[in-house]
Amino acid sequence: MSGPDRIPPHLADETASLRARIAELEAELTYHRAAASPPPSTLDLTREEYLRYSRQLLLPQIGLPGQTALKRSRVLIVGIGGLGSPAALYLAGAGIGTLGLIDHDVVETSNLHRQVLHRTSTIGLPKVLSAAKALRDLNPHVQITTYAEAFTPGNAEDVIAQWDVVLDCTDHPKLRYLISDACVLLGKPLVSASALKLEGQLIVLNDPPGKGPCYRCIWPRPPPPESIISCGEGGVLGPVVGAMGVMQALETIKLITRPKGKELTQPRMLFFSAAAETMWRTLKMRGRREGCVACGQQGIKNLGSEEEYALFCGVPNAFALEEEYRLSVRQARELVLLGTKPLLVDVRDRTQFGICKVPGSVNVPFERFLAVGEGLPEEIVGLLQEERRDVVVLCRLGNDSQVAAKRLLESGVHGRVWDVRGGIREWARIAPEDGIVEY
Amino acid sequence: MPAEAMAPPAAETKTIPITVEFSGGLELLFKNQRTYKLSVPDVDPSTNAATTVGYLVKHLAADVMVDARKELFVVEGSVRPGILVLINDADWELEGEEEYVLQPGDAVLFVSTLHGG
Ligand SMILES: [Zn+2]
Repeated sequence: MSGPDRIPPHLADETASLRARIAELEAELTYHRAAASPPPSTLDLTREEYLRYSRQLLLPQIGLPGQTALKRSRVLIVGIGGLGSPAALYLAGAGIGTLGLIDHDVVETSNLHRQVLHRTSTIGLPKVLSAAKALRDLNPHVQITTYAEAFTPGNAEDVIAQWDVVLDCTDHPKLRYLISDACVLLGKPLVSASALKLEGQLIVLNDPPGKGPCYRCIWPRPPPPESIISCGEGGVLGPVVGAMGVMQALETIKLITRPKGKELTQPRMLFFSAAAETMWRTLKMRGRREGCVACGQQGIKNLGSEEEYALFCGVPNAFALEEEYRLSVRQARELVLLGTKPLLVDVRDRTQFGICKVPGSVNVPFERFLAVGEGLPEEIVGLLQEERRDVVVLCRLGNDSQVAAKRLLESGVHGRVWDVRGGIREWARIAPEDGIVEY
Repeated sequence: MPAEAMAPPAAETKTIPITVEFSGGLELLFKNQRTYKLSVPDVDPSTNAATTVGYLVKHLAADVMVDARKELFVVEGSVRPGILVLINDADWELEGEEEYVLQPGDAVLFVSTLHGG
């Protein structure tokens, strides 16, 4: 037996240094393996993944074949906002093999109440990077490809060609038509959703590719541009848009894991309305339209230009009030607080007026001007009869106020009429001491 | 109050009770009221034929809508682009569109397309 005193002293050192070298080489190997990122063609799940996906693996509708299908799949999410955030979270959680994220925006404070992928600490970062960071932290098994760029007719085909399923999580009809056209052209199913205020809509399009209706089959003509309201204008409740994004993830998982030949034959739209008696409804929709310009018999051969999509959807008639009737916030403030004390009419809606208001202003919502068609809403006529003063019109951004001021001018009010450039938002920047906030 | 006494002298016309619902912002054009329980005549006086959804659309635009922006609901006599019409939760294109003859208890839903996300 050899005693400890017989061990040559250098052995311990040498072993330690070799161990360190092995660790170094192993780390290098891991790095190279990861960098080479063998696409999830390795269909085997790691031990950790069996455990990670256990609760869905247990479902007969998923099981090992479903989990393998998820791992093999490549899913593109266009728009990483209120819909894209929850959709990406659930898809990454479920073990989609590769997730593609495309968005040109950066994270802003007003995103955070609903865009649950982003954090206060990632304000200012490109959304795709903020999202990739959160998703890798959630599930390192998912490969993530980011495109920090806008989705345009120029890149649409190259981008979409790389993916199996596409989620439309955008916020404008122009993009919705473009994404649908590209999906038709390249034969990809499209899970499309939208939300505003307290309502949401979801429909799976071009599914199966070449058979199901496309976006143009359902909406052959775009809505008038003045009827298009964004979340930034109309508002949206986080859980409402969140629920729709989660449902998109669900439809995507169903689509990927369903057995061959189990496609739905009846297109359906899922319709959500938080304020209605029946919150969720499934609406039976029409199928493919024979004469559809995108997916019909003629079909599209290539995408239109950026201008063509913009022209198709139109832009609201921008109205510009003559310069002589426009005041800066400073000028308006002087008049209102110190000068001739004109009547200050705030044409934001009642809810916004309730958020903050210039002291002494009166509220006549712009909707009222529109609803009466021509002439003036009664309430303002009353105000003007009482006091034959000059009028200053104020709105949130300085657009509606121009239209309302023009209406007042045309209606022959006795005093002078102006609007305020930049509206309440500009007011908040120039004179926050008036209690005006940007929102 | 005896409601019967108020009724017009026994005319042959009967009415069909239906429910009309607006969503996606369309309710703003209809006094911000989502749901209307309406009674429509079973015979369209202008055609002397059974009352259709086409009649309902014109009736809503002319008599129920107070907003001056008719073009946000009806364009050239038909529902404007971007509005889906659902009859008992089915796209009206599956039911004959404007030609669909209203039945008692029908629920007609007008949905404006949403774009936000
Ligand atoms: Zn189509």
